[in-house]
Amino acid sequence: MAQQLLEVKDLKTQFFTRDGVVRAVDGVSFELEAGETLGLVGESGCGKSVTALSLMRLIPQPPGRIVQGSIIFDGQDVLKMDDDEVRGIRGNNIAMIFQDPMTSLNPVLTISRQISEALELHLKMDKSEARKRTVELLDLVGIPGAKKRLDDYPHQFSGGMRQRVMIAMALSCNPKLILADEPTTALDVTIQAQILDLLKNLAREFRTAFILITHDLGVVAGMTQRIHVMYGGKIVEKADTTELFANPKMPYTWGLLRSIPRLDEKRKGKLLPIEGLPPDLIAPPPGCRFEPRCQYRRDVCKEKEPELRHIPNAKPDHEARCWGTQEGGWLVDTDWHREIGDTRVIEEIKQEVAQVTLEGTAPGAGTPPPPPSPVN
Amino acid sequence: MQPADSTVFARKQRSLWRDALWRLFRNRAAVMGMVVIALAALVAITAQVVAPYDPVQQNTPKQLMEPIWTRFFGSRFTDSAYLLGSDELGRDILTRLMYGSRVSLVVGIVPVAMVFIIGATIGMLSGYVGGWVDNVLMRFTDVVYAFPDLLFVIIIVATLRNTDLGLVMDGLLLIFVALAIVSWVGLARLIRGQVLSLKHREFIEAARAMGASPVRIMLKHLFPNILAPVIVSIAFAVPGAMLTEATLSFLGIGVRPPTPTWGAMINEGFVVFSTTPWPVLLPAFCISIVLLACTFVGDGLRDALDPRMKI
Repeated sequence: MAQQLLEVKDLKTQFFTRDGVVRAVDGVSFELEAGETLGLVGESGCGKSVTALSLMRLIPQPPGRIVQGSIIFDGQDVLKMDDDEVRGIRGNNIAMIFQDPMTSLNPVLTISRQISEALELHLKMDKSEARKRTVELLDLVGIPGAKKRLDDYPHQFSGGMRQRVMIAMALSCNPKLILADEPTTALDVTIQAQILDLLKNLAREFRTAFILITHDLGVVAGMTQRIHVMYGGKIVEKADTTELFANPKMPYTWGLLRSIPRLDEKRKGKLLPIEGLPPDLIAPPPGCRFEPRCQYRRDVCKEKEPELRHIPNAKPDHEARCWGTQEGGWLVDTDWHREIGDTRVIEEIKQEVAQVTLEGTAPGAGTPPPPPSPVN
Repeated sequence: MQPADSTVFARKQRSLWRDALWRLFRNRAAVMGMVVIALAALVAITAQVVAPYDPVQQNTPKQLMEPIWTRFFGSRFTDSAYLLGSDELGRDILTRLMYGSRVSLVVGIVPVAMVFIIGATIGMLSGYVGGWVDNVLMRFTDVVYAFPDLLFVIIIVATLRNTDLGLVMDGLLLIFVALAIVSWVGLARLIRGQVLSLKHREFIEAARAMGASPVRIMLKHLFPNILAPVIVSIAFAVPGAMLTEATLSFLGIGVRPPTPTWGAMINEGFVVFSTTPWPVLLPAFCISIVLLACTFVGDGLRDALDPRMKI
C-alpha cells in the first residue's frame, strides 16, 4: 500500500466548559492517500469542523484541547510539532477553505495582498513574483479580468467570486491537502454547482487531496471518492461514495438519505426527517450514540457501544458502527427503502423530544431513558 | 465558464482610504481646519526667516506697545515697527507668537506619537493575547486611568523638573513624557476593545489557517481594521496635548523661559493685564484658533472614516 498522506488515529478533541467536558471529537480515525478526496458528512454539531480544525491545530485553546490521538501528515505527527513547524504547514501543505466567503476575507486588505501573503510567507516570493502568481491563480479560479481586479477590496466581489478567491488562496502554495469546511453552504444553488465543479477540477488537475466537510449528502455525491459519516463526534460509517449511496449500512445514514429529495424515485409524498435531537456531547448516551433516535433500536444498543466494523453483504472497505447491520444483526437484510422501522418507536422518540422541550433542559443526557420496548 | 476580458466593464478603482479622503475634503470645516494648521505649521517652520525680530530681544523703551489697529481707537502707545505690539519687556509679540507655535505644534505631534506607540502595543497585546497578560495590562491601565489627568501631569512635571530629564530641550522632553504617560490609557482601551471584537472573526481564523504568526496577524490583519477609530482618537488627542502644554506653561511649570510658548505668554501677560490686555488676548486667540482647527479636522476625520459614527 502506498504511503498515506494523512493518518488520523483515535483523535479526541474536547472543550472544557463550565457545564462539563464536551467531547466534540471522540476517537476519530481515518486515512487519506495523496490525491484522494474524502467527504465528511453529518449534521450540525457532530464534530466535522472540529475534526478539520484539529488537523491544523486551530482549535481555540482554551477551552479546546486535543487530548488524545495522532495526526500523521506526510510522515510527521502534527500534534508533536512546535508552533513554528505547524505554521509552516498551515497554508503551505494543508490549506483550508472556510464556510462563509463573506466573512473569511479581511475587509480592509486588497485581494492581491491577501492571496500573495501566503506566497510571500511560505514560498518566499518577492512582491512582483507574488503578484504575477496571484493573477495566474485568479485566472485559474475563473475571476474574469483578474489583472484589473487585483487591487479591489472584498466588498467589490460577489459571494461566489469571494469563494473563488478563497479557493485561489487555498491553492496558492500547491498544498497537498485542502480542507473545505462547508464551502458552498453560504452560496446559492447555482453558484454552489459552479464552485463544486471548480473544486473538483482543480483537485484533479493538481492531484490535491481534499476533505470536503458538509451536511449535505447531495454535495458530496458527485465530488468525493469516499465518504465518512459522522455522528456525535464519531465516525459511524465509512464507504466508497457509490457504495454508500447504493448500500448504506447504518440507520443514521438511512435517515440522512431519506431526508433528501431524490429525482430518480417515484414520489411517495413525504420526506422523512430523523426524529429526536442530536446527542449531548457532554454526557453522550452510553451505548450507541444514535440509539435514542434510532427507530430500529434494541436493548443491546443502549447497553454497549458497537465498534466500527466491516459489514457483511458489502464491499470490503465498507464499515459501519451498528449492532443491527453487523454479522448476525437484525438489520442485515433490511431494505431501508421499504422498512422504515417500528412506528411505535418513532412515536416514543417524538414523545421524548416533546418532554425534553417541555422541561427545558433535561438532566444529564439529552433524553431520559424511557421503558424499553423491544421491537418484534 | 471563463468569460473573456471584454465582458468586464470598466469601473473606477476606489479604495476605502480614497473614499474617506474624498469625504474629508468635502467637509468644509475640516478643510478650513487643515488650512489653519498648515499655515501654523508653515509659520512654525519658517519662524526664523519670517519673524521680524529675535524672540528674546528686549527693547525697554518700547515695552507694552499695543497692536497698531488700536491707533484707530485712540491708543497712543503704538509703534508701526511692532505690528501686534510688545510685551512688558519690550519683546515683539508677533515674533513670540510665531516662535510659540513651534512648541505647540511639536507638543501636538511628539507626545501623541508616543501615546500611539504605547497605547497600540498595550491594547493589541492585551486584546489579542488575552488571559493573564490581558489581566495584568488592563489592571495597570486602570491604575493609570484612576489618576486625574492634569493633576498627574503636574505632579510628574513638578517633581522631575529639576532632574536631568527636566533640563533636556528646556524641559520640553519632560512635558512630552508626562503627556504620553498620562494619555495612552484611552487609546489602549479603545484598541483592546476593537481587537477583542475582531479576533474571533473568520478572516482572522483564515489568516491563522494560512500560517500567519500572531505578530503578523496583529500587525497586518488586525491593525488595518482598527486604523479608522485609532486615527480619529489620535486626531482628538492632539488638541488635548496642546492645551495641557499651554496650561502647564501658564502655571509656570512648562517650557523654561525665555523660550516663547503661548501658555507662557499668557502667564507673563497676566501681570500687566490691567494696563493692557493684548499680551494675554493674542496668544489666547492663537491657542483657540489652532485648537478649534484641530477639533474640526478630528470631526472631519471621524465622519470621513466611519460614516456610521456620525451623530
